[in-house]
Amino acid sequence: MRKLNLAVNTMAFGTMAFLYLPLMAVAFFSVNNTKYGLAWKGFTLNWYLQLFQNEVILHAAWNTLILAVVSTSISTVLGTALAIGMDRFPWPKKMNTGFDLLLHLPVIIPDIILAAALVVAFGFLRGISSFFEPGLFSMIVGHITFQVAFVALVVRSRLVSIGKDVEEAARDLYATTPYLLWNVTLPLLMPGIVAGAMLAFTLSLDDFVISFFTAGPDSVTLPLYIFAAVRRVVTPQIHALSTLVLLATILLVGVMERFTRKKNTP
Amino acid sequence: MNRLIIWYGELLTQKKLIKRGALFLGPGMLWLMIFLVLPGLILVLVSFAARGAYGEMVWEYSFDNYKRLMGYGIFGWTPDYLVILLRSVWVAVVTTGLSVVLSYPLCFFIARKPERTRYLWLMMVIIPFWTNMVIRTYSWFLILAPELPFAKLAAYLKIISPGMALYPSAFAVYLGMVSMFLPFVALPLFSSVERLDWTLVEAAQDLYSSNLRIFMHAILPQTLPGLSVGIILSFVPAMGMFVVPDLLGGAKYMLVGNLIQQQFGTSRDWAFGAAISMGLMILTMFSLYLYRRKNKGMELL
Repeated sequence: MRKLNLAVNTMAFGTMAFLYLPLMAVAFFSVNNTKYGLAWKGFTLNWYLQLFQNEVILHAAWNTLILAVVSTSISTVLGTALAIGMDRFPWPKKMNTGFDLLLHLPVIIPDIILAAALVVAFGFLRGISSFFEPGLFSMIVGHITFQVAFVALVVRSRLVSIGKDVEEAARDLYATTPYLLWNVTLPLLMPGIVAGAMLAFTLSLDDFVISFFTAGPDSVTLPLYIFAAVRRVVTPQIHALSTLVLLATILLVGVMERFTRKKNTP
Repeated sequence: MNRLIIWYGELLTQKKLIKRGALFLGPGMLWLMIFLVLPGLILVLVSFAARGAYGEMVWEYSFDNYKRLMGYGIFGWTPDYLVILLRSVWVAVVTTGLSVVLSYPLCFFIARKPERTRYLWLMMVIIPFWTNMVIRTYSWFLILAPELPFAKLAAYLKIISPGMALYPSAFAVYLGMVSMFLPFVALPLFSSVERLDWTLVEAAQDLYSSNLRIFMHAILPQTLPGLSVGIILSFVPAMGMFVVPDLLGGAKYMLVGNLIQQQFGTSRDWAFGAAISMGLMILTMFSLYLYRRKNKGMELL
């Protein structure tokens, strides 16, 4: 048994190294004082400082943020309403199955298919409105489309877990529909809504495929910029940028986990 | 329709209730219809269209795109596209399989940690899960670079010529894919491993069963729910992956994702791209169907 334990531990450490070695290499070479090659030439923060003077990168960071904030706000509202509409009304069973299928669709189809479908659909919609030219607007639409389903799934599971007793009690005390929604349902739902919004925000920051297919020349985001850059040549500046993105991810995940954990242990 | 019902303690007509429900459902449903369902239907239609001389769409319905995908071109039959399709299934299966094999020890390891540090270890798996896939893919460039020991060892063993990097290659694609999807398997699996009833394992040990039998009969059935979610979460996106093969495989190891991306990028052949997407969709659904049939009663998500 001890031999088995040792084997499990060794494999686990090996797997962790396998996950983290490449990322650590990126962070390591982002402070290496040489433009070419992988030989260690001393510590420098120059590459980080250069990032903040690079207009293209700053613009890409701005695009990434705008895209995430706008798409998350819209998808949170749509997804929450959708979840309440699905869970709190006596729809026939067949309709409920349909809802389930629709919400799971973006989860179970490969994202490249959604991207391809959006490209083709935007191609047609362009005949109606120039809004659908490749660019930030179409990217926002694309992101909302996959976010809505995730938000609705998270909020709906919260709706199920809080049950309907409190809402019934409020009704018995003559609460009107807007009052019930605003002062009872939404406050109870808040942890679910915030968790859904954070999930949507992270999904948007993390997304590459949908953005890659729907982006225009002016709407490059950070992942798109890094992808285009490393296809040509990998520079220490890219390492510095990637390290910052990685740190932002760790921060975001930390906040998200803290929040969802608090919800589970009130 | 005008029947009175009590819903959530409120007395109202059915008609009014449905109207109110529709108000909630309306905006989200409309959005998903216009930007999810409708585009999907258009994609199906477009896959039967043709490409004009300048990359525009020509509405002549035929099965030409699907015939081309099956390998029937102007110059006779070639297996090129079929090879790419089958290779994608193979890569997705191998990636998921290796991820499962690596995930079990990792999950046991984390589950056995004391409560205080367990959460930190779990975070170590969650962080790669959320790290951007472009960064996670290109970071292998550094590890596989000619200056580093791995490439030097391979050169010493005469696998590659000296001074070459270990990418682009099939090996690099598998490496990138497994590291990409391992957290997708490990996280759902962990939620099952955490709740594992170890007394069953102990009972099996007391009865002198072999380690393999302990795993098959005491551990696997208990962890199947989490494992199934993990397998689906990894297999589906692995089928459509194009960043990893693009950066780490180059032209040497193309997958169906690269093929689709080409049609919407440089080749500008939307109709063929749509047909390949349909092919990918069918392959994915068929694989999931096979998996579900083998594991009856599993729950999706």
